[in-house]
Amino acid sequence: MAESYLPLLILIVLALGFGAVVLVLPALLGPREINKQKMQPYESGIIPFTSPRRRFPVKYYLVAMLFLVFDVEVIFLYPWAAVLRDMGVFALVAMAPFLLVLVLGFVYELKKGALHWR
Amino acid sequence: MPTLPVPTFTQVVFVLIAAFTVISGLGVVVARNLFHSALLLAATFFGVAGLYVMLEAEFLAVTQILIYVGAVATLITFAIMLTRGAMHGETNPLNRQWGKAALFAFLFLVGLLGYLGGIPWPAPFQAIQADEGLIARLGEQLVTRYMVSLEVMGLLLMVALVGAILLARDDKP
Amino acid sequence: MDWLNLLVYPAVRVLVLFFVLLTGFAYLTWYERKLLARFQVRYGPNRAGRFGLLQPLADAIKALFKEEIVPDHVDRPVYLLAPALAIVPALIIWAVIPVAKDFPAVADVPIGILWILAVAGIEGYGVILAGWSSNNNYSLLGALRSSAQMISYELPLGIFLVSILVLAGTFSLVELVEMSRPWWEWLWLWLVFPLFFICILAETNRSPFDLPETENELVAGFQTEYGGMKFALFFMAEYINMITTSAIMATLFFGGWKGPFADQYVWLGPVYLFIKVVALLFLFIWVRASVSRPRWDQLMRFSWQFLLPVSLMHLMGSAVFTVFLK
Repeated sequence: MAESYLPLLILIVLALGFGAVVLVLPALLGPREINKQKMQPYESGIIPFTSPRRRFPVKYYLVAMLFLVFDVEVIFLYPWAAVLRDMGVFALVAMAPFLLVLVLGFVYELKKGALHWR
Repeated sequence: MPTLPVPTFTQVVFVLIAAFTVISGLGVVVARNLFHSALLLAATFFGVAGLYVMLEAEFLAVTQILIYVGAVATLITFAIMLTRGAMHGETNPLNRQWGKAALFAFLFLVGLLGYLGGIPWPAPFQAIQADEGLIARLGEQLVTRYMVSLEVMGLLLMVALVGAILLARDDKP
Repeated sequence: MDWLNLLVYPAVRVLVLFFVLLTGFAYLTWYERKLLARFQVRYGPNRAGRFGLLQPLADAIKALFKEEIVPDHVDRPVYLLAPALAIVPALIIWAVIPVAKDFPAVADVPIGILWILAVAGIEGYGVILAGWSSNNNYSLLGALRSSAQMISYELPLGIFLVSILVLAGTFSLVELVEMSRPWWEWLWLWLVFPLFFICILAETNRSPFDLPETENELVAGFQTEYGGMKFALFFMAEYINMITTSAIMATLFFGGWKGPFADQYVWLGPVYLFIKVVALLFLFIWVRASVSRPRWDQLMRFSWQFLLPVSLMHLMGSAVFTVFLK
């Protein structure tokens, strides 16, 4: 029943509402004395001389890509896990090649040293 | 005077979720900042997950959140953060060809609606009890009927993995 | 259509949950400061009220009356959205955790464990948004580190969850707690509890995995440009996450609300859960007091080269056990 998920929707909406209320309250309660220094980016007391608009190592992107691939593989394991007890050996054997390929990919990643941070 | 039909609760919720999805979807294409577009895309994915729940496909909804909101959208935000120019600059979502594009999009929509309207949709099958039996049945199908697809999918994912590693390798020693 | 049952009753339950969590958050800060002080042979807060028990209240009032600063260089809408989004996953993950016999915190949905996983998946957004919108070198570096760390440790976490699911055979946490397990299953589970706990530490950005906010290199990481109540929201998110993940670990590994007589006297359930959560929170703080930070490359290597294969092996072991012993 989709209705059984309604409490979760209420929960999400109320949680967002809570965040909003907490954000608005101090704007009403707190003092306001704005000066130029308060509005500058914080860089340990010096005036920032590099912009954060720089490029970042592609390693971070690789982490995200690898995560995506493994995440997709893991999601297939969930329905399988639910039936494993009832279907027994057959389900185990059926999933073995899938897992094996997963492990192979993983070994390749290890051997390549893809995530070896230098 | 005919009385208007009172919408049921489910309908109200559906309209709210659908509106959220459509509005954030629109936001993706009209936002001038690339990062904002990516965030709105994540919101759209989230709305779609809500629609899946309304269709009683909760496993699909979880997959949607886990893979699309949790991984794909994160990947996109990473990609934006990794590139210098696109990070903070404003881009104009309209280029010189927007008129023609809009026309073709509209024609495509009309064609799609005409096609979809003509399909004899099957009446709903018997109501499926949406308990965890549903996910279990999915698992059962996965290792019996769709076993070959599953193994091929594993291979495909491994190819993706290898591709990702080769793409992001650094040649420096 | 019964509006009372459909809307009002769940909403009341949610509000009670929020109240408990916020009180828990307030006193967790007190608990941590007291414990850290004891670890370092100090007294800790002892001025506001007896044993400093009113300290959290004083802190809350102080945060409320802070000046609201939104610096000029930030991306205003995203900057304001980030703290609100950070707090949401911490609050909503509680929905499926059972607090007493047949009584989940908000609703017993058929997908139980998957809800936890899905919410954990969106946890990184608050941090990414904060880091990007702040337009500050430290913030961006902190956010990148944080999200890379979170997704790296989410993977073994997810596989451990599959492993638990294989053994349990049910998605519902309510059923998971209530089922009886053979002794070898408990041992097999406890074998990986330390690794699961490490994943949780990394997911919640807790020390020693607080590299995204290392004060000696990144000032405060993604929260550098935040102050007042907005900072307090990030703080709140981190601490409520500690409570939440402790409750999850108590439920998955230590029987949740179960304890002597909890079946007969329902009110004992929350008491047992509370005790278990406090014990696990002690573990969080103990680790913070005694373990030093790893280097970034060590952190990543540990997840991808150790936790991932070990979690896969545990999963295969669980599968074989389930098929042949159950």
